[in-house]
Amino acid sequence: MLPVLLWLVVLIVLPHIDLLIMSFRIETDDGRMAWSLNNYLSFFEEPIYWLTFVRTALYSILVTFLTFVIALPLAFYITKVVIPKYRGFLLVLLLLPFWVSELVRVYGWMILLRESGVINHFLLKMGVLQQPVEMLYRDTTMVLGLVYTSMLFMVVPIVSVLESLDDSLIEAAYDLGANMWSILFKIIIPHATPGIVSGSIVVFMLTLGNYLTPNLMGGKNSLWFTEQIYNQFIASFNWNQGAAFGFLLLALSSLVVWVGLKLTRQNLQKVVQ
Amino acid sequence: MIRSLPTSNTYNRLFTLYVILYFIFLFAPLLITCVLAFNDSQFPSLPWKGFTLDWFTANSEQRVGIFHDQINLDSIWVSFQVAFYVTLLSTVIGTCGAFLFEQEDFRFKQLLYFLMLAPLVIPGVILGISILLLSNTLGTYFETSWNLDIELFRPGFWLVVLGQFSFIATLVTLVVSARLKKFDRTLEEAALNLGANRFEVIWHITLKFLRPAIFGAAALAFLMSFENFNTTLFLVGYEATLPINLYLQVRDGSTPVINAISFLLIVGTSLIALANLYFSRKAE
Repeated sequence: MLPVLLWLVVLIVLPHIDLLIMSFRIETDDGRMAWSLNNYLSFFEEPIYWLTFVRTALYSILVTFLTFVIALPLAFYITKVVIPKYRGFLLVLLLLPFWVSELVRVYGWMILLRESGVINHFLLKMGVLQQPVEMLYRDTTMVLGLVYTSMLFMVVPIVSVLESLDDSLIEAAYDLGANMWSILFKIIIPHATPGIVSGSIVVFMLTLGNYLTPNLMGGKNSLWFTEQIYNQFIASFNWNQGAAFGFLLLALSSLVVWVGLKLTRQNLQKVVQ
Repeated sequence: MIRSLPTSNTYNRLFTLYVILYFIFLFAPLLITCVLAFNDSQFPSLPWKGFTLDWFTANSEQRVGIFHDQINLDSIWVSFQVAFYVTLLSTVIGTCGAFLFEQEDFRFKQLLYFLMLAPLVIPGVILGISILLLSNTLGTYFETSWNLDIELFRPGFWLVVLGQFSFIATLVTLVVSARLKKFDRTLEEAALNLGANRFEVIWHITLKFLRPAIFGAAALAFLMSFENFNTTLFLVGYEATLPINLYLQVRDGSTPVINAISFLLIVGTSLIALANLYFSRKAE
């Protein structure tokens, strides 16, 4: 009991209370600390701050949606289409890359995509391109990297809900003359909603809090909000401003999780399982 | 549509093609990283100039392979130590947590359970900065009030361990809880009836039953800790862990040595992952 309590209070509760307090403190001209809303005000006054925030949120939504669109057919294939004998094998194959460090995966993409990279090498050789093209450091590449990193967290929950979908429902709809699209929208997606929601929440949250992928794959202009936090902490050494940013990011991610759960009338406990 | 329904050939072929393309997308970056670790060239890019083990074993002016690269070796060693302590701490406390939430009843249990899940929805970066802030606050407090300079409160090895432990313990709790749910408590009662004391029951019966889950969770904890970047980034002192060290190198340019390290990481983690999977299958 005690060690668990210590863990939760000292490492989870207290740090976040401190984060909140720090975000309302500023250093005055004579070097003393005072209570203030300035850290939050400067967030709204400086367009670069809130624009980055909005951009990060919008891109995270886009990434979540793309991940879902790619993951659904895949999960469907694994649960319903492929011969059951291969199902376990495919699942293992699917999980394997995600055990490898994110850094290694991002690095792999960098080798593939950069100007002297492998894809450019092949395209030049085949005569598709005359000049090498820089494919790295664009928003599109960053989105690709983020989708790649998050795939697992979408595929697995959808696979597990689709496993409980009774095949005879699809057969019945088919016999009654439903086409593929109406089966997809009236049977498969409604049944898979709990999995889709928990997948989306996790993917959104991880994308929002990602630092590596936007930093290494995005360009100079594609600043991510976590990079702003890092800059405040490490480069400007303005910890109070950084704390305010951190708290805003935490608030946004909690809000999204909460809304997601409310909309689908689930609770955190169920989603986790 | 599904296996039991008649489908057109084009549909099947397109679907299979999609899945194949996806797997290429999934493995291409990893495969190319591995292949280029063996390329006899100064840069990790094509064209292929022949097979070499230089990036692992060389120790000359132009090329220093990973086995002679002291900075990288040091960071691997740091990561091992961090992962060891994180695994130990989070396995012990996570297992306690699982017992607490599955078998005990007490006031504020719901609240505590919610707190236990919280690290899952807190971005790693935030966890990192808030632990940094707290340790800094505590450090300043001790220094001004009692003139004590405590090493623990400065960014460094132990802060990294604590930061990673704070969320990895949640994962261990969840994995062990899932197994504990399936435990038949009448076994404990039987043992108690036969004269075992509470401690013997937990040691010989419950923990034995939980063993596969605990080992699985420990393997998971080790891997998660070994490759953690987000939380570590803010807590790290002058002893960089492997991911931090690799990040700095990747950001400033790259050499095939990074590929060699990546190759070792890919092989190592795959082996642990497969072993973990194999044993958890066997346990069921």
